[in-house]
Amino acid sequence: MTKGKLQFGDVVNYIVLTLISLTMLFPFFYVFSVSLTDPDTYVQGEFLLIPKDFSLDAYKFVLGTGQLWNSLQSTVFITVVGTVLNLFFTMTFAYVLTKNGMPGWKFFTYMVLLILFFNAGLVPSYLLIKELGLMNSLWALILPGLTNPWALFVVRSFYKSIPGSLEEAAYIDGANDLQIFQKVILPLSKPIMAAFSLFFAVGLWNTYLSGIFYIQDPQKWPLQVFLSQMIIESNTSMGSSINFDEFNRVPPPSETIKMASLVLVMLPILVVYPFLQKHFAKGVLLGSVKG
Amino acid sequence: MALPGFLFFLIMKYLPMWGILLAFQDYNPFKGFWESEWVGFENFKTFFTYGDFWPLLRNTLTISILNLIFFFPAPIVLALMLNEVRAEAFKRITQTIIYLPHFLSWVIVVSFTFLFFSFDIGFLNKALNFMGFAEISILSEPRYFYGLLVGQNVWKEVGWGTIIFLAAIAGVDQQLYEAATVDGAGRLRKIWHVTLPAIRSTIVILMILKLGDMLDVGFEQILLMLNPMVQNVGEVFDTYVYQQGILSGNFSYSIAVGLFKSVAGLILVVGGNYLAKKAGEDGLY
Repeated sequence: MTKGKLQFGDVVNYIVLTLISLTMLFPFFYVFSVSLTDPDTYVQGEFLLIPKDFSLDAYKFVLGTGQLWNSLQSTVFITVVGTVLNLFFTMTFAYVLTKNGMPGWKFFTYMVLLILFFNAGLVPSYLLIKELGLMNSLWALILPGLTNPWALFVVRSFYKSIPGSLEEAAYIDGANDLQIFQKVILPLSKPIMAAFSLFFAVGLWNTYLSGIFYIQDPQKWPLQVFLSQMIIESNTSMGSSINFDEFNRVPPPSETIKMASLVLVMLPILVVYPFLQKHFAKGVLLGSVKG
Repeated sequence: MALPGFLFFLIMKYLPMWGILLAFQDYNPFKGFWESEWVGFENFKTFFTYGDFWPLLRNTLTISILNLIFFFPAPIVLALMLNEVRAEAFKRITQTIIYLPHFLSWVIVVSFTFLFFSFDIGFLNKALNFMGFAEISILSEPRYFYGLLVGQNVWKEVGWGTIIFLAAIAGVDQQLYEAATVDGAGRLRKIWHVTLPAIRSTIVILMILKLGDMLDVGFEQILLMLNPMVQNVGEVFDTYVYQQGILSGNFSYSIAVGLFKSVAGLILVVGGNYLAKKAGEDGLY
């Protein structure tokens, strides 16, 4: 490729890319703007781009609702516990899948591979959760996703990139498989563990569907269900099931509250995003390597 | 060490397969599995003759095909554009921005959509109002529904989708570009005659993956976007199964519908892979 002067094509390219970036950023900007507008001076339905009178009242209101804190508790629980368990199940089982010579290896590999192509489906899984007595339990949002074929195959291909001579040396020194896994393999797998903890954590933070399938008690709703009730359901004929009667003051215009809730729910993702981006671009490429 | 993973797959993934048998029953939760009546393919017959099979198939295929035409090529074009950027800082910043929406949940993306397009508080209508135009109701208008879905997909995933193509482009032999320059090719010709052919197999593989997923058209997204006004154009297999099975309790019928979808999906994946191999590409497995 030629270095040197900027051609006409370059200029067009830069302009279009900048416009695309702005399209990505604009919704964030708009939502931040409205959420920071003083609810007292905000007129319902008014058109504005930059906060007219800066105020955090909408945030104070949302943070004062018990519902948000309940939902935050649920989401933090499933994110923290779920991430730890997902890592444990994925790292151990992926290691088993690297052991070509082991009896049962073929069985385990096909067990995972089949699920990649065929699933029992939504309703049988729902009935299982019901039979296990997990309805309305936060465990119903964690247990069905402890690991998945994609994660297992990516981690397996990472393990395979670790030189086999390391394992052999440990073996000769008298270490057993479990010790080799703990002392040799895991310490070398830190980068992939970092990538997958972030990956699992984001997935769990964004839990929505299993929330509406399994959790009927609004007190236990994860954040995404809370947010969808607040913004999406309240707009359709179904109506919102969030009860604002618990507050003894007049709520500020619903728009600023909606925007503030939206910002609060996506804030953690925006905060960890710089770390995510670095690890993930690598992770996605690992996943594309055939193992 | 195999025990946790083995138990997980056994209980969470294989045990529910038992439930598939209910598709051939007239399952009654009060009678239980053993007492419920076996009805053979009755549920499937109902689905295809009296049920909503055709509208579901039409909606699903329409959404898939629109995604294939408008959403699938978008990351390829964007990757080619990014690849032409020589200012590293600009490239890095652009990438950071366009990857971001990928990490947001569908609830957030659909919420954005509502705050932008809803009739009463949407940004667009407020802007139209401000400029003195008539307001339009977009979210409850069937003819805008597919456009919104595809638009959301592009906004959320186009940046993330470039990663795999950028990696493929980075693997192209630089000598090919030098040779093309010697032959007098300009930049567009180099993209057309060198870059695109070089990443063809990546494109084909991803295309097959998409074809195998034809029947999976974004359950979470569509469920959030559905409202009674767009039900006719927006109902797809997954939302129908959810509605029939979990909300209405027609377990046997909904499992039959789900089973049909899984089997059809499996055939599509296997068939797509076969086609790829025939076309001389590597295939997925």
